[in-house]
Amino acid sequence: MSEVKDTQGQLWEVFIQTKKGLPFKHAGSVHAFDKEMAIQNARDLYTRRGEGRGMWVVPADAIVAVDPSDDESFFDPSNDKIYRHPTFYELPEGIKNM
Amino acid sequence: MGAEELDVLFQERIDANEKIEPRDQMPEEYRKHLIRQMSQHAHSEVIGMQPEGNWITRAPSLRAKKILLAKVQDEAGHGLYIYSATETLGISREELIDRLHQGKAKYASIFNYPALSWGDMGAIGWLVDGAAITNQVSLQKTSYGPYARSMVKICMEESFHQRQGYEIMAQMAKGTPEQKEMAQDALDRVWWPALMMFGPHDSDSPRTGNAMKWKIKRESNDVLRQRFIDKTVSQAELIGLTIPDPDLKWNEERGSYDFGEIDWDEFWSVVKGGGPCNIKRLNHHKKAHKDGEWVRKAAAAYAQKQSKN
Amino acid sequence: MERLDLSKFCIRLGDSCLIMAHRQSEMCSKGPFLEEDIAQTNLGLDLLGQAEALLIYAAKLEGNGRTADDLAFRRPEREFYNFMLTEQPNTDFAFAIVRQYIMALYLTKVYETLAKVEDETISGVALKAVKEIAYHERHLGMWVKRLGDGTNESHDRIQTAVNELWMFVGELYEEDDLDVKLQEAGYAISGEEMKAYLMDKISAQLADATLSVPESVYMTTGSKKGIHTEYLGYMLTEMQYLQRAYPDAKW
Repeated sequence: MSEVKDTQGQLWEVFIQTKKGLPFKHAGSVHAFDKEMAIQNARDLYTRRGEGRGMWVVPADAIVAVDPSDDESFFDPSNDKIYRHPTFYELPEGIKNM
Repeated sequence: MGAEELDVLFQERIDANEKIEPRDQMPEEYRKHLIRQMSQHAHSEVIGMQPEGNWITRAPSLRAKKILLAKVQDEAGHGLYIYSATETLGISREELIDRLHQGKAKYASIFNYPALSWGDMGAIGWLVDGAAITNQVSLQKTSYGPYARSMVKICMEESFHQRQGYEIMAQMAKGTPEQKEMAQDALDRVWWPALMMFGPHDSDSPRTGNAMKWKIKRESNDVLRQRFIDKTVSQAELIGLTIPDPDLKWNEERGSYDFGEIDWDEFWSVVKGGGPCNIKRLNHHKKAHKDGEWVRKAAAAYAQKQSKN
Repeated sequence: MERLDLSKFCIRLGDSCLIMAHRQSEMCSKGPFLEEDIAQTNLGLDLLGQAEALLIYAAKLEGNGRTADDLAFRRPEREFYNFMLTEQPNTDFAFAIVRQYIMALYLTKVYETLAKVEDETISGVALKAVKEIAYHERHLGMWVKRLGDGTNESHDRIQTAVNELWMFVGELYEEDDLDVKLQEAGYAISGEEMKAYLMDKISAQLADATLSVPESVYMTTGSKKGIHTEYLGYMLTEMQYLQRAYPDAKW
């Protein structure tokens, strides 16, 4: 076996779902040497006070991020398309269930 | 765009109270300052596990044992939150630990004092965590996003720590004469080092200028220290303990307590390595790290083998 | 089950949990990395909670005015009934893992059984504990595999731990008069069943971790009569110090 380096493991990002049905939110990161350890470490660090019902861990280097300098071209166009928002539409008074 | 222009844009964002996030453009000095401050904050949480850890095996009741263990565990967790936030600045935890071991990174000087009695468990929870809370509440508004968010999470957990400490003091203060003496003795030894946690007068602090300009630091050392004292004095009075400062006096005009001068010789000496426990604390950390090397390597080796299959 | 027998039973189980929790808490701030420090403390807190619940109930059943704290902090060594395995020291991380892993397997069976008993206090404690111990087994089993099948050094260290702790496993399936009563009342499984279960589980896990099961030459005995290894005395000296030094104080 080749010489094993002494490290703190890999970096994993942790996402927690506080209640079934809600989206997963980024909670922070943990170090671990493999998947099983990452899940356990994340549970021990981020759910000691009942903060979660569901959890994902992802190796940090698997995450693809939008570069902040691309913000304008990446995100602004969707701001222009205001017809995507429910408040764009005028509805007759008295309408129900919409 | 040139470096100067970028710095101007950056400062405009800071002045507009925008949060800076990990991949945002930032001056190298800002990044370095944060790495130093945040990693030292994280190191403090971890080293802080030692003085209190010193009494876990001697906690005098099942309830006290449970609570102290949970508190020290929280400190480890806080260290992890802040290491996690620091790593977003592009530095590894291995590097941070190495800097601590080399003496290139510091930690809060308060932990260089010994925890000599059960009374210290009370005094540390009440005063040291109390001072930390005052500082951390202010840091919730720091300009760097990940740091601010970790402060919010920590503040939510920290108030249990302070209550735990105060409860111990209150219990001892109304207990046997020996218990009351123990509590007062702990207060006598922890009070001034707790005040020193807020750092030197801002006029004597070389980094304060940048820290305030970049809104890393939101309030001055002296303001935070005064706030802590004003909150704490009545807490001591309520349980019949005396704060060891003969110059402590309510100033009606200022609406604040006047207090005695800190022993700055002691302050600087401990910061520079001359405290009673500096060597012990660092050696403990180094030993745990060394003892754990074979375990970390085993975990890495196992993972390597699995990925080959 | 008779009240005093049940009390004795709760003390035995509570003592094991307490001493285990104490050993675990000694590891605080000494973990191989920070996440594992937290993990170990979590396990310790679970065990401490179980110990407290059991000792509170034991004191209540005893009905002579002793509290759980009296039981924990005022009894001498010869009146403690924890398994000798639980008091073995944290010689290194491997010793801690093996000790805790074997106890986690044992406690799984014990709590599974107690979850179904008539006594509501005990079944309540057990139902909660079953969930906690399931996680302990998972976490500790994970480490048994990684240490056994990691590096040569880790393999040697954990094999040494298994070899040296093996003599303490026999107590976990021993039976005395109280055990027989407990079995008849449905509070415990037979010694044979426990032995078979433990040996199955342990040998499977060790094999998976490329480790070998030691040959049982000698199994120690005596903790149910308050006979212990030399370690317990020192542990109690530390643990009981404040209560003994200040006997009139309330903490």
